Amino acid sequence: MNRIVLENCGKINPEDIEEYIGADGYEALGIALEKKTPEDIIKIVKDSGLVGRGGAGFPTGLKWSFAKSAKKSPKYIICNADEGEPGTFKDRLIMEGDPHRVLEGMAICGYTIGANTAYIYIRGEYRLSIQRLTKAIKDAEKLGLLGKNIFGTNFDFNVKIKIGAGSYVCGEETALLNSMEGLRGEPRLKPPFPAESGFLSKPTNVNNVETFANIAPIILNGADWFRKFGTESTPGTKVYTILGHVKRPGLIEVPMGISLREIIYDYAGGMSSGKFKMAQVGGTAGDIIPSALLDVPLEYQSLQKLGHNLGSGAILIMNETVSIADFLTCCMKFFAHESCGKCSICRIGTRQIYEAFKRLGKKDAYFDELKTIKELADELKLTAFCPMGQSVASPVLSALKYFGKELAQGVNPDKKHEPVTRENHNIVLNYS
Amino acid sequence: MTTKEIVKKHGNKRENLLQILHDIQNQNPANYICKEDIYELSKEMKIPVSEIKGTASFYTMFSFTPRGKYVIRVCESPPCHILGAQTIFEAIESELSVKAGETTDDGLFTLEGTSCLGVCGVAPAMMINDEVYGNLNEEKIYKILGQIQEKERK
Ligand SMILES: Cc1cc2nc3c(=O)[nH]c(=O)nc-3n(C[C@H](O)[C@H](O)[C@H](O)COP(=O)(O)O)c2cc1C
Ligand code: SF4
Ligand code: FES
Repeated sequence: MNRIVLENCGKINPEDIEEYIGADGYEALGIALEKKTPEDIIKIVKDSGLVGRGGAGFPTGLKWSFAKSAKKSPKYIICNADEGEPGTFKDRLIMEGDPHRVLEGMAICGYTIGANTAYIYIRGEYRLSIQRLTKAIKDAEKLGLLGKNIFGTNFDFNVKIKIGAGSYVCGEETALLNSMEGLRGEPRLKPPFPAESGFLSKPTNVNNVETFANIAPIILNGADWFRKFGTESTPGTKVYTILGHVKRPGLIEVPMGISLREIIYDYAGGMSSGKFKMAQVGGTAGDIIPSALLDVPLEYQSLQKLGHNLGSGAILIMNETVSIADFLTCCMKFFAHESCGKCSICRIGTRQIYEAFKRLGKKDAYFDELKTIKELADELKLTAFCPMGQSVASPVLSALKYFGKELAQGVNPDKKHEPVTRENHNIVLNYS
Repeated sequence: MTTKEIVKKHGNKRENLLQILHDIQNQNPANYICKEDIYELSKEMKIPVSEIKGTASFYTMFSFTPRGKYVIRVCESPPCHILGAQTIFEAIESELSVKAGETTDDGLFTLEGTSCLGVCGVAPAMMINDEVYGNLNEEKIYKILGQIQEKERK
């Protein structure tokens, strides 16, 4: 049995709260409210080693302790259900398959940090998730499991739903806060961190859907139980979405630390056609991994040692028919479109790299194109205002590193830069 | 509902702006937010017109030009791309004789490209209004569009 987060998915009727309760649902919340202090809970979550599943991998217990010690009130809890990373739909399936599990985790968090109001910021496309969560909130309120005086204690907890409007960068927690306040979804300067000054400048704790879904089982079964799963440095399981040229694309929950090879051949049924060429791990902002690295354990630390990241848990498998230049062109089109425009290196840099890969795909790139791409990517990594711009470097630099030879074939050694003159100035600027 | 009623339903605090814009757009038969609504909203919420427009235009789900009754959003993100999103896009373009961002002459369809829709398990995928269609190929596209046209002819 490997499942923690998805243990109820497909087994219980997600629209029937009784079935969730029948599967020990809301028991962890009861135990938390009646038998544990907020300090106890922070200790359990810290001991469990749970790290956030939204991509950044920040220790959850530590994050909660910051929000708990913040002085201002009221405090807010936000469940980040924006899920815009291409290739990722784990949060949608968790919300559709077991919405109460997410609500229970949020309520336990609310009790722990001292917040009585919570929001789920969910992307507008997720109609079914919105419906199921709305119903789940109503049902739980009817039974006194949410709302006023939960379990007869003096703890109140209300959950509301906010719907996004189509913007990838709004998944970044500070952009999300701006969006929730009805502003443009541009990231904010940190510090202050949301734990200190978040929604409406009040202390706010933001966690991912999957992170919240891990909480109830940890409280019920204890930190040691949780640590039996996964690896020493990253306990627990991870929900991955496997996509691309595999026989069985879809969602799996496996212990942290299994390898890409196992994922492709044991879980996804092998390649659907062709030979494995590369994988992109962590969504479009993730690294390109060549076949030489198929056996690296997938967990935050081992990947970090190689300079890679696990990201959101999307794994895109590609066979030899995919051209690296064409693939990167598509990735860069995404970033150029989703850049919020606040800083110029990201607004213009993503566009420039996009154009460069497009030229490489047409085998008509400037003689020094690869060098230009590397410079721009390095600069993004170092100077972009928020992690979205910084992360653009991941796919670009790993592609240059592992597939530099293939990319170099797109270079036209005779193509030199024309000096910009008054006459061609507009043509140079008019990239489409 | 009128714009005024929508604002009343949600409350005229700035935090509710996106929700209000969603409602205004959803109830417009041409699927967009018109100029008059923005002016009205500005008065009701005491937010300058430029602020409302500046905020709304940040988000791809909002439109300021009339759109078709059916908005087709084809996913163009990498997972759909490697499984043939481009072919899907072109099939729709030629079948409906529109380019990305355009609306058919009969006002029935608007074609848009979009970032990942979160249904990549069935890539290549698209949404038509709230409905998801996955595992697409050219044949399926013709069938889906045909069914809608059939329904509307009645
Ligand atoms: C561009 C960008 C997009 C992001 N999108 C999401 C998202 O859709 N969902 C999510 O949970 N976190 C997303 N994050 C990470 C959040 O900023 C934040 O780290 C996370 O919600 C914290 O939750 P966790 O500690 O439970 O992981 C994104 C970050 C960036 C930079
Ligand atoms: S890095 Fe990109 S997304 Fe982030 S603030 Fe700058 S322009 Fe916006
Ligand atoms: S990449 Fe197309 S739906 Fe996710």
